[in-house]
Amino acid sequence: MSTIASSVELDCKGLNCPLPILKTKKAIDGMQSGEVLKMTATDPGSVSDMASWANRTGNEVVEHEEASGTHTFYIKKK
Amino acid sequence: MAETKKLAIIASQGTLDWAYPPFILASTAAAMDMEAVVFFTFYGLPLLKKEIDAKVAPHTNPAMPMKMPFGSPGFQAFNWPVPNIISGNMPGFDNMATSLMKETFKKKGVATVEQLREMCQESGVRFIACQMTMEVFGFSKEEFIDGVEYGGAATFLEYAADADISLFV
Repeated sequence: MSTIASSVELDCKGLNCPLPILKTKKAIDGMQSGEVLKMTATDPGSVSDMASWANRTGNEVVEHEEASGTHTFYIKKK
Repeated sequence: MAETKKLAIIASQGTLDWAYPPFILASTAAAMDMEAVVFFTFYGLPLLKKEIDAKVAPHTNPAMPMKMPFGSPGFQAFNWPVPNIISGNMPGFDNMATSLMKETFKKKGVATVEQLREMCQESGVRFIACQMTMEVFGFSKEEFIDGVEYGGAATFLEYAADADISLFV
């Protein structure tokens, strides 16, 4: 388990492309710069998609971990 | 960050399967801080109707998997060999295939076309309806959702001339 503190949590488990990205963007828009969003997803495509999304938007995936099919992303708002 | 990237899409198809790509790409582009415009023309135009009644027509697409969204994993994985003589002639076959596909999408956590369209509008994606197609097919603005712009080829091309990504769907 990660030790990173998150201020907002978002559950995208069971959702498929592009919903995890769209919901992440919505959550990030409501946060302050420097805050961390903890997003969980089961869509295997979200690993590559989150990286690309972060790359383009300038937000940072601080950490990504996987446990029995569930991906957890810690995303720091720019 | 570099200047805002622009996506321009022409949506020309009105079946349920082809309704997805324009809305998926435009909503995702907006989520990636890009500008996006979708120009709806010909058979893509009904995707702007308040109620989307898009269907799939399996006999027009031999590559479309015919699978069941329920039952054991082995049953769900089975691709039913439906001959064209049945899929193209049996009354109600398209409706059945459409509801099966919608059920599969729902089970796999895929948004509905209506949800994606709404998310596009919430995030500032611009929708342009082809005025000429409206005249030809006899559509009125009252049938369409709010927030749609109306224009022609030049309206789309003015935007697309500065677009970084242009797609014809």
